[in-house]
Amino acid sequence: MYVAVKGGERAIDNAHGLMAEDRRGDPEVAELTIPQIREQMKLAVDRVMTEGSVFDRDLAALAIKQARGDLIEAAFLIRAYRTTLTRFGASLPVDTGKMKIDRRISAAFKDIPGGQVLGPTFDYTHRLLDFKLAAEGGEAPMALPVDADGETAPHVLDLLAAEGLVETPGMANDDAAPADITREAPEYPMDREARLQSLARGDEGYLLALAYSTQRGYGRTHPFAGEIRLGRVSVEFMPEELGFPVEIGEIELTECNMINQFKGSKAMPPQFTRGYGVAFGHGERKAMAMALVDRSLRSEELGEEITAPAQDQEFVLSHCDNVQATGFLEHLKLPHYVDFQSELELVRRMRGEAAE
Amino acid sequence: MTPESETDQQYNFAYLDEQTKRMIRRALLKAVAIPGYQVPFAGREMPMPYGWGTGGIQVTAAILRRDDTLKVIDQGADDTTNAVSIRKFFKRVAGIATTEKTREATIIQTRHRIPETPLEDGQIIVFQVPIPEPLRFLEPRETETRKMHALEEYGLMHVKLYEDIARHGHIATTYAYPVKVAGRYIMDPSPTPKFDNPKMNRTPALQLFGAGREKRIYAIPPYTEVVSLDFEDHPFEVQKWDRPCALCGATESFLDEVIMDDQGTRMFVCSDTDHCEKRRGEGHVGPAQEAAE
Repeated sequence: MYVAVKGGERAIDNAHGLMAEDRRGDPEVAELTIPQIREQMKLAVDRVMTEGSVFDRDLAALAIKQARGDLIEAAFLIRAYRTTLTRFGASLPVDTGKMKIDRRISAAFKDIPGGQVLGPTFDYTHRLLDFKLAAEGGEAPMALPVDADGETAPHVLDLLAAEGLVETPGMANDDAAPADITREAPEYPMDREARLQSLARGDEGYLLALAYSTQRGYGRTHPFAGEIRLGRVSVEFMPEELGFPVEIGEIELTECNMINQFKGSKAMPPQFTRGYGVAFGHGERKAMAMALVDRSLRSEELGEEITAPAQDQEFVLSHCDNVQATGFLEHLKLPHYVDFQSELELVRRMRGEAAE
Repeated sequence: MTPESETDQQYNFAYLDEQTKRMIRRALLKAVAIPGYQVPFAGREMPMPYGWGTGGIQVTAAILRRDDTLKVIDQGADDTTNAVSIRKFFKRVAGIATTEKTREATIIQTRHRIPETPLEDGQIIVFQVPIPEPLRFLEPRETETRKMHALEEYGLMHVKLYEDIARHGHIATTYAYPVKVAGRYIMDPSPTPKFDNPKMNRTPALQLFGAGREKRIYAIPPYTEVVSLDFEDHPFEVQKWDRPCALCGATESFLDEVIMDDQGTRMFVCSDTDHCEKRRGEGHVGPAQEAAE
């Protein structure tokens, strides 16, 4: 005898209990602390801050712990928290030209004013498993002190822009309120300001694949890594009642300026164009991928033929948000009995008709 | 009503802040004023995943009052896991009364069904919508589909339905079957089975649709004409079953097929659990019940 399945509520509670137990793992092993995640899983924390769109290392670390290391789930937790926060207003644009630099490289010039600063990078490591790390309690490694620590340096591309060889970045209209993709429904065609916002919180893996596709010929943009810089910038806020900016804190950013070839058009002489990428914390792969995709999405503005997925605004931007994507994908786990029943009835009928 | 102590006091009533509610209500007013038109709204991130009813939840949160009684169904049933989860959410953040009885509810949030019990004046039904654009699978670009709606250029949809007939002998759309609202906009009724389409026509209840991920809201005001698209020689028709509900004997309700054993024995029961229970309460008996007695 069929009894309607009651007890969804109990099943949900039990599932939550099982998940909590799973999250903790073997209780014989010490529990992870938030400071441990914050300090030793920095790149995961940075990615969650970027895709979650909140700069708060402790919250991101908490989200990673709660999500059992699932970074998309962690970004989702951060987003759901972010949306409840009160908004005081918009900060002034951060001046990355005044960044206190920890790493800064240009692949376009051998030497640059301010110098190449390698900083903390995997780039020239040999990817050999370091079994010493498997042993705990070793001495904390100390880096040698470097001269460039915390110095500022001008943007490499600005030096070329002075000559007119590289386009001058479009200046945002300071009087207009900045676009806010979290407060307005997307409208296409989307302007660059809103596009960059979407890409900044877009999924790193997705942007990586799209950027890679442009390198392999699907909408080629001939990029050079003009400059990649990592460092700290101060954030300023101008309270209306004061009328002057107040520094409210410092955030770590990775910024990438790509230089891309441009043959010129009727309106513009040949010059190098730019693609721009930025990420919270240390996120070079993200910033570089974003810069390539940003440049690809400027095809229309620059009068280039649109042939590849990475050049297609609606395609790129409607699918770059991993919190949206994962939700819609995973909703297939919800019951669809009714729709399936409807299809079943149709297929049976059509099979019956075919047999007649 | 849930006691104050069990209601989550850390959030505003019904979770959303008042500014957000106001923004959603504005979109709702516009939607009611232009029946069937998809109004963009600044959908928020909700504490449950996109695709799991965030649009419907935001609409419900924006219209909910303290004296409302909420019913939540998924696939017609009050006890499916996601319906349970959404009902629990509103109990927690709004402390409102909930019910499983269609008649007692002032707001019904639904996924994939419209209750069998006819809706009444004063009731509001809120649909969770995954893809609000009825033309989406004919034209993936939003820029294009908005133009098509603006110009009332719906030929493509009719061609699609015609091609179904040419290929299969009948229209092969069984759910999310397109409707025309108030003689103007073609609208996706959300993935409800076409069985429920006639219930949308001239219903005394207000019908609201929320798509969270796609950030669209649309509506059908009470007593509005809703016509399922068809052709004169291929009129719209709904699914029929050749047997009654095994539990309550209903012959006019949408039935779910339940596989009973390894031999593939099947049982057909009402998908609307409240409707089925009510009928059984009134003494109606289905074949399975008769056999058991």
